[in-house]
Amino acid sequence: MYSIISTISTWAIPAIIVFIPLYAFFRKVPVYETFVDGAKDGFDTAIQIIPHLVGMMVAISVFRASGAMDLMVGFVRPLFDAIGIPSEVLPLGVLRPITGAGSLAFTTDLIQQFGPDSLIGRMASTIQGSTDTTIYVLTVYFGAVGIKKGRYALKVGLLSDLIGFVAAIVVCFLVFA
Amino acid sequence: MVNFIWLFFILVGFIVAVLQGRVDDVTKALFTGAETGVTVCFGLISILVFWLGIMRIAEDAGLLQKIAKLLGPIVRFLFPDVPKNHPALGYIMSNMSANLLGLGNAATPMGIKAMQELQKLNPDKDAASPAMCTLLAMNTSSITLIPTTLIAIRLKFESSNPAEIVGTTLIATMIATCAAMLIDRWYRHRYYKSRPIPPLPKTPPPPNRSAPTSTT
Repeated sequence: MYSIISTISTWAIPAIIVFIPLYAFFRKVPVYETFVDGAKDGFDTAIQIIPHLVGMMVAISVFRASGAMDLMVGFVRPLFDAIGIPSEVLPLGVLRPITGAGSLAFTTDLIQQFGPDSLIGRMASTIQGSTDTTIYVLTVYFGAVGIKKGRYALKVGLLSDLIGFVAAIVVCFLVFA
Repeated sequence: MVNFIWLFFILVGFIVAVLQGRVDDVTKALFTGAETGVTVCFGLISILVFWLGIMRIAEDAGLLQKIAKLLGPIVRFLFPDVPKNHPALGYIMSNMSANLLGLGNAATPMGIKAMQELQKLNPDKDAASPAMCTLLAMNTSSITLIPTTLIAIRLKFESSNPAEIVGTTLIATMIATCAAMLIDRWYRHRYYKSRPIPPLPKTPPPPNRSAPTSTT
């Protein structure tokens, strides 16, 4: 199963990049001009995201560097210890929705410290792999079209992150412990 | 909500920094954060430019409409507000498939393109439409079949079976995505209850470019 899917993943991009222009060529689309025309939008879109992303990144770095993140984790730790969940993975639950690079660094650190085949290592890998960085996705996607009011989108994202976090821990317990 | 979180991060960050005597570090982090934001966006430029070019070819060749038609039932169930055969549906499908394959670099430009198409249907350009919220929920929980980065890291630290987390990740990601879709439905329902039925665009807007978009 893994090898099949990883083969597909490897070949998907080259296949798409050959197939789309070829198909378009036979439909008499001027492929190169169309490519350049569409590609122009990419620059503007990326530039439009900058203010959104800078704003969020600043807030997140301030929160992390001040030690506020560690304090928040410290609050919930006793609860985790009481249920018997290794509290080492707890910061991941907080970090994962906020910063992709930060949580990946944290996961790497846990894997290095406890070994990739330990329960903590497996749990961290599963948590990191199972959801995306909600705040980043929200900032980039909404920033690109200039949406200022996200309505309930953030709540949905964070709630499902929480459910994914709990699910990852429970599944790892059932499978590996 | 975003306003609150943003203010919370900065305010609590600086208060804690003062209490812990880390004001210097935090000021430094502030500028590093700003720099990271710009660096990430610059990294996005190359990917966005390339993929949006390719996607324009697919759109003009009528491929997106084909994909939208093919997988219509699923996407229409998730996005009831989007008119049939609207290009947004094709982009949403491409975004979903790229996410499934773990092609994050390809998924983001397609998702952004889908957002731009949904924005055209959005009556209030400042606030997210329910369809936009659903697309976002789908991407924040992102179903991943193969977490490639993590397998690579586990391999680097000499795991005896780097891919053994594929199964657990798949189950967790599926639970998260189902939860996201359900919660989104619930909020959408509440949203529509709180206001009159929105004007639904009955016909897809005409193609706004003169390029050949002939569909069979």
